[in-house]
Amino acid sequence: MLKKEIKEIIDKSKKWGWVLEPDAQKIFSLYSFKIPKYGVATEAVQAVSLARQIGYPVVAKIVSPAIIHKSDVKGVVLGIKDDETLVRTLERFSKIDGFVGMLIAEMAKGLELIIGAKNDIQFGPMILLGMGGVGVEIYKDVALRMAPLKTCDADHMINGLVARKLLTGYRGSEPINLNALKKTIINFSKLMMDLKDIVESVDLNPVMCTAKACIVVDSRIMLKK
Amino acid sequence: MDLKPLFEPRTMAIIGISATNDRHPANVIFAKNHLRYPAEVYAVNPKGGKLHSETIYPNVTDISRKIDLAVIATRAELVPDVMADCIKAGVKSAAVISGGFTEGGRKDLQDRMVSMAREAKFPFIGPNCLGVYVPFKVDTFFLPIERMIKPDAGGVTFVSQSGGILVDHMIKFAQQGVGLAKAISIGNKAFIKEKELLAYLAKDPATKVIAYYIEGFGEGEGRDFVLAADCSPKPVIIMKSGKTAAGDRAVSSHTASLAGDYASFSAAVAQHNILEAANELELVSFCEVLSSYTKPIEGNIGIITGSGGHGAMAVDACSLAGIKVPELLEPTKAEIKKNLTDNIQAIAALGNPVDLTGSAIDEDFVACAKVMGASAEIDCVIVLLLPYLPGMTLDIGVKLSSVSKQFNKPFIAYVPHVEKYAMLIEGFELNGIPVSPSIEGAVLMAKALARRQPC
Repeated sequence: MLKKEIKEIIDKSKKWGWVLEPDAQKIFSLYSFKIPKYGVATEAVQAVSLARQIGYPVVAKIVSPAIIHKSDVKGVVLGIKDDETLVRTLERFSKIDGFVGMLIAEMAKGLELIIGAKNDIQFGPMILLGMGGVGVEIYKDVALRMAPLKTCDADHMINGLVARKLLTGYRGSEPINLNALKKTIINFSKLMMDLKDIVESVDLNPVMCTAKACIVVDSRIMLKK
Repeated sequence: MDLKPLFEPRTMAIIGISATNDRHPANVIFAKNHLRYPAEVYAVNPKGGKLHSETIYPNVTDISRKIDLAVIATRAELVPDVMADCIKAGVKSAAVISGGFTEGGRKDLQDRMVSMAREAKFPFIGPNCLGVYVPFKVDTFFLPIERMIKPDAGGVTFVSQSGGILVDHMIKFAQQGVGLAKAISIGNKAFIKEKELLAYLAKDPATKVIAYYIEGFGEGEGRDFVLAADCSPKPVIIMKSGKTAAGDRAVSSHTASLAGDYASFSAAVAQHNILEAANELELVSFCEVLSSYTKPIEGNIGIITGSGGHGAMAVDACSLAGIKVPELLEPTKAEIKKNLTDNIQAIAALGNPVDLTGSAIDEDFVACAKVMGASAEIDCVIVLLLPYLPGMTLDIGVKLSSVSKQFNKPFIAYVPHVEKYAMLIEGFELNGIPVSPSIEGAVLMAKALARRQPC
């Protein structure tokens, strides 16, 4: 069953056809996914206090119902270290089409993965796992499975990636927590089953995975028309 | 819903018979079933009259016997009324051959049939299809009897959305010695769909392998089908077309772009223990091998060849198919060498593939096959046979088949398929050993046995 807060967010987002990032992150946190600390600010004073509370460096992202692809409008600024840069960024963002706020979040590090879902007409929710980042559609190193996933499906998906060695520790890099990753995709597949009548597709890109945890750094939920 | 009357009718009504045109589909179907198959066959046309010396009944309700299968080949707009008559007359099933429904813009007619059938629990196949062919039982294909190629009766049931693809594969099955249990053309699959047939075929004693040609599933039907196939006690194979359509739709998420229609299809199918055949060669190879062997293998292949080139080609194909050709352990090699004829002992290459050379005789192949049969290093043996070598006899097929049985290990043979070598090939096939006309095909057979296990 969907939590009441999730329903409210979805209802409010229907008019845009997709869920704004702060709301999407809220949904994932309600469903026990790990997300970075974040908040939304519209004014300088508020932004500074939020960033200090989270602790520099932070990332700033445009929140606008008109902007689905944030990087296309330079709407993501990473590694902001001081109040001055933060305020300047806010000023620039506030001029972007449809601005409703600036999301300020803790910087996360780790191996960049993409976890996604697509509501297929023949097969219902399909879950995708792949190497994340901007190059995702170039390398196409992804594994696909029908939801809901069993543990062995999660194993097969991880083993199906060409870059799986990067996950298990390659040339001195620390292996990521595979159990956390499996739990994340299984949990995600359950959420997608719950949302199958409402959601068209979802990108969690990137999900940052470390030896400790998998953190959903950015999320986009496209709703059914 | 009982589908048995559709596949094993004792009585049939062919509806839409022409009194004047013997090439009319209904007449062809009548002629090929009447007195040739076990079912009693009745001709139906509202005008009545005679077809040669047989009575044409004006309506299916006029026939005194209860009808198991009605074959409906009238004009599309008449079909719903004909179906209502069938239901009224207590007919047990129908194959609707007529076209001109959803594919011709008359979805309304098809919808009427479906709602009628659903209410009366009246199983019908089609419309816009060839219907069913079951060896020695029934044949509703409107193809004149002298034009059809019929494979031997056997274990494969092929269900196809396209009648043409179905008939073509009957030719391919016949050419490659693949036995057929049923050929089912489902056309528009308005009522009986892939999933209903799966449920029936899983319990059908004649069917060992269930193969499908699928263009696409209806909304949500793919999910239902793969979940059902996952529990199937028999291997399920799918060949898909329409892999490239709809690729240009604008999508706003990475996932939607990467998980296109075909990518999702392929992933969902593989996840549920269904074997996807990429093309016709794979389909025929998979069908043949899985009707011989049901037990899956890990995929450690032993290759025996009379030519180094054939061995190398097979190794490359195995590597491409993701199955292993492990180097044999020294004691195994020694054991093979010890059992070869003196002449071959000196020149054979004993790694894996074992190349017995063009001078080998039957006994060398048998000796090597026995050691591989007994060895735990190998769980499937591919024999590449060149019948033109001077030391080969036409008995090699029978001899190697008995080694396969002795050690209860799957053997797969490659033999060039020409009439001259037919007896050699039959020596294998009649003893349950699949034979491929290509090296690649033989390797694909092994790949099918090494298919992913359900988790």
